[in-house]
Amino acid sequence: MGTDSDVAIEARGLTKRFGDLVAVDHLDLSVPRSRIYGFLGPNGSGKSTTIRMLCGLLTPTSGSASVLGVEIPADARLLKPRIGYMTQKFSLYGDLSVRENLEFIADIYAYPRARRDSRIATLLDTYDLADRDRQFASTLSGGQKQRLALAAAVLHEPELLLLDEPTSAVDPKSRRDFWASLFELADGGTTILVSTHYMDEAERCHRLAILDRGVKVADGSPTELQRQTGMSVMEVLATKPSHAQAALAGKTGVASVTQLGVRLRVLVPEAERDPRALVERLLRDAGIEADCNPVTPSLEDVFVAVTMTPADREAA
Amino acid sequence: MTSLTRLLAVMRKEFRQLRRDRITFAMIVGIPVGQILLFGYAINFDVRNIRAAVADQADTQLSRQFVDELEQTQVMRVVARRATPDALVDLLRRGEISVGIHVPADFERRIIDPRRPAAQLLVDGADPTIAGIVKPLARMPLDFRDPPASPTAGRTLAVRTYYNPEGRTAVNVVPGLIGIILTLTMMLFTAVAIVREREHGNLELLINTPVSTTQLMVGKIVPYILIGLVQLALIAGVGRLLFDVPVRGSLLDLYVAAFVFIAANLALGLFISTVARTQFQAMQVTFFVLLPTILLSGFVFPFEGMPVLAQWLGELLPNTHFIRMTRGIMLREATLVELWPELVALVVFTAIAMTLAISRFSRRLD
Repeated sequence: MGTDSDVAIEARGLTKRFGDLVAVDHLDLSVPRSRIYGFLGPNGSGKSTTIRMLCGLLTPTSGSASVLGVEIPADARLLKPRIGYMTQKFSLYGDLSVRENLEFIADIYAYPRARRDSRIATLLDTYDLADRDRQFASTLSGGQKQRLALAAAVLHEPELLLLDEPTSAVDPKSRRDFWASLFELADGGTTILVSTHYMDEAERCHRLAILDRGVKVADGSPTELQRQTGMSVMEVLATKPSHAQAALAGKTGVASVTQLGVRLRVLVPEAERDPRALVERLLRDAGIEADCNPVTPSLEDVFVAVTMTPADREAA
Repeated sequence: MTSLTRLLAVMRKEFRQLRRDRITFAMIVGIPVGQILLFGYAINFDVRNIRAAVADQADTQLSRQFVDELEQTQVMRVVARRATPDALVDLLRRGEISVGIHVPADFERRIIDPRRPAAQLLVDGADPTIAGIVKPLARMPLDFRDPPASPTAGRTLAVRTYYNPEGRTAVNVVPGLIGIILTLTMMLFTAVAIVREREHGNLELLINTPVSTTQLMVGKIVPYILIGLVQLALIAGVGRLLFDVPVRGSLLDLYVAAFVFIAANLALGLFISTVARTQFQAMQVTFFVLLPTILLSGFVFPFEGMPVLAQWLGELLPNTHFIRMTRGIMLREATLVELWPELVALVVFTAIAMTLAISRFSRRLD
């Protein structure tokens, strides 16, 4: 197989255009094996397009990728038996029962007949669907559908799992359980590439790429990213946060102001030597009383910082 | 072995879905039975019991016998009697009758005079079908004259050769109807097959599995071939029971012909499925093919009577070849060996349509 056995996916300058739109722009990517790698970005940032290119569903306009040592898209066929793919939209058959869907998937992957039924029993058990096995898939709840989709995607024990916004249609409890399952799979050696627009999910990933309008704007472990924002974060507690926001927003030295309840999170470029003094001075000038404290950047701060337009940075 | 497992998996899945789709399941039985009843009873080229009126100015034993003979053909039914031909024209104009029978006062003399027609039929020509059927009857008096010695013997025979009141049209329609019904159901079922999976998102999952395009296509077709053969049995059975349509040739030949014909339609349906983006488009394309199938295949109009261009188009339609085979096997007791060019045409059609469908089916989304 591949020479770099500890790397599951290696992409070089991956680009996809749809007419005038550049959906993914020169993406370089290195996904280590047995890890959960996250794609974080808003809708339209190129997450789905990238995942579809990596499993051979879309042909890259330029650039290349090697997935599990297989060149994409030329040899995509060789890859199919080794990857599991979970589409954003539920794509199993609503008019088949839970068990029938899994049987169909097992046979499509030519899973050995002798072990098929025990494998399905294990999956039904693992994903808490045992008492629903005769129920039509269309009648399942959002969380159940998503567990069934995951069971179907991992049935043939793939080395790589590509999950396209798997939790977008489920409640928080289901999301937590779902992530617990993902960690178990990663512990078992499966590499997982998962796209999301939830910060809390991104924070759970071993590594993470932040995509913005088709461009990768940051890449690293969540802690690395938090350390490398290039921003100091000040938390401002004011009685009238909206007044404080007005006093700070757009001022020289202030990159961004985000209101979170009664608190404001203020990003100040690291070039500013004393960010606290700057913020306190700006508030004082506006005649606003407020508490200012430096805090460590959260992933959300990172996201705000890296997706800032160059014009925003310039202004700061 | 693995490819067979995959093929069977697709087939089993199709069967399961089909069994649960009650409307489709009902259509499998409902369309053939409904259509054959409709066509068998309503589309009837045996025009019988046309309303007629008589003005018998001769009023002799022979003239009354003549009118009786006309009525016994069952082509027309005398609903009124009038004294003069003018009164008949009046009835015609008011639409109360379609045919008027005028027997002149000198009827007996006219019969033996070969230069003059014995009687007159006044026909409403607005409906060409009625006119076409009644006109031949006008020549009946000729036979009255030929053997003047025993006029009765000649009369009856002549009418029978001209018109067969037993109704051979139903016999002609049912074999053609098999092709029309199979075209409709088979093409429609498969035309939406791939499109539906695309619309429901199933396709994105499927093309990411190791299942091959051929396994997917063949797996989708096979269950419908079986359904098509069941439909054939239904149509042939109902045709036999209600319309007394015979299967004079070999039943096996009929089934072999139908098997290839069904495959041709399914392959065409799959091809449509790879072209259309939505189920609605797939249905539109299906009906685009269905209309010429009804009109140009020799089902409605005799093939020989069509313009050359239409004949060429007709030759491209699977049903044209199938109708020739069903009529041959069911009515003329022909064998498949005798009809081989039609069978070969269908096999070639199936191969081309299937190849196109498989090559057009994209395993990518772009």
